Amino acid sequence: MHIMEGFLPFSHAVGWTLAATPFVAGGLLTIRRRIRAKPEQRMLLGVAAAFAFVLSALKLPSVTGSCSHPTGTGLGALLFGPAAMAPIGAVVLLFQALLLAHGGLTTLGANIFSMAVVGPFAAAGVFKLARALKASFALSIFLAASLADLLTYVTTSAQLAWAFPDPTGGFIASFAKFAGIFALTQIPLAISEGLLTVVIFNALARFNPQELQDMKLLPAGEAQA
Amino acid sequence: MKRHQNALLLLAVVLLAVLPLWLVDKPASGASIFAGADNKAMELIGQIAPTYQPWFAPLLEPASGEIASLLFAVQAALGAGFIGYYLGVSVTREKLRRAAAQNPEKTAGAD
Repeated sequence: MHIMEGFLPFSHAVGWTLAATPFVAGGLLTIRRRIRAKPEQRMLLGVAAAFAFVLSALKLPSVTGSCSHPTGTGLGALLFGPAAMAPIGAVVLLFQALLLAHGGLTTLGANIFSMAVVGPFAAAGVFKLARALKASFALSIFLAASLADLLTYVTTSAQLAWAFPDPTGGFIASFAKFAGIFALTQIPLAISEGLLTVVIFNALARFNPQELQDMKLLPAGEAQA
Repeated sequence: MKRHQNALLLLAVVLLAVLPLWLVDKPASGASIFAGADNKAMELIGQIAPTYQPWFAPLLEPASGEIASLLFAVQAALGAGFIGYYLGVSVTREKLRRAAAQNPEKTAGAD
């Protein structure tokens, strides 16, 4: 989902940077408030960031014959709310943009928006919906994390299609082409991310049930995912 | 059951990553297989808008593919290390809590 350095027209680069900035700033406030209220959750916040670090470093082969990587933002979005993930995703993306020439500074705003804003909010929304529809805890986690991953890549495709509409087919034709690269490749990876997020939640539910209950993620009666 | 569920989930993740290596045929032309989707998108931009010129270049580029893998491995290792540390702490804390619940007089009397 990394749009490479310089590969967004200037106006788009500025626009996405402006769009992403309030989410990052708001997320920092959310995190600060949360840590002040519950300092013991600092470690868990580290785990959410570490999970995004690991997953976004793993480039996995996919059935389309190309490689891509999961995002790892679903876990933190479920634990700390979607707003908290914007600054965490921004740190991951900045690390990759500065040291790895992967993504870039001019495309940082667009990449933050897809990975650290759309993904986490999708995760939170899907989780709420799945729980409302009486899906089991594990299934809800799985759906939230994998759809967040997939929607991140759909967003990237839309961003690129908007910046580079097809000369004949316009936005739609261009979106179909970019989605053919990003979204199709991502489907098995999104499933992997969903499964890994369930594994982590199983571990948290086993060893830290109190913290999950404090976060109102686990109802008191449902100690096991 | 619980332990099996996690093992099965991890097995599924491994299969999802390994199966494409068998399922995907090598492209007939000289096109590279399992290239990064990010780079494929970059090529597609070149097809849709052949005149587009990137207007900014990365400030720092890894000197080679090996250095890039090194940095990605460092990124993954930092993350995995922290998660492992946290889980280790959690397991120990849970164990101590359980031990304290079983014989409270012993822990209370410890100096």
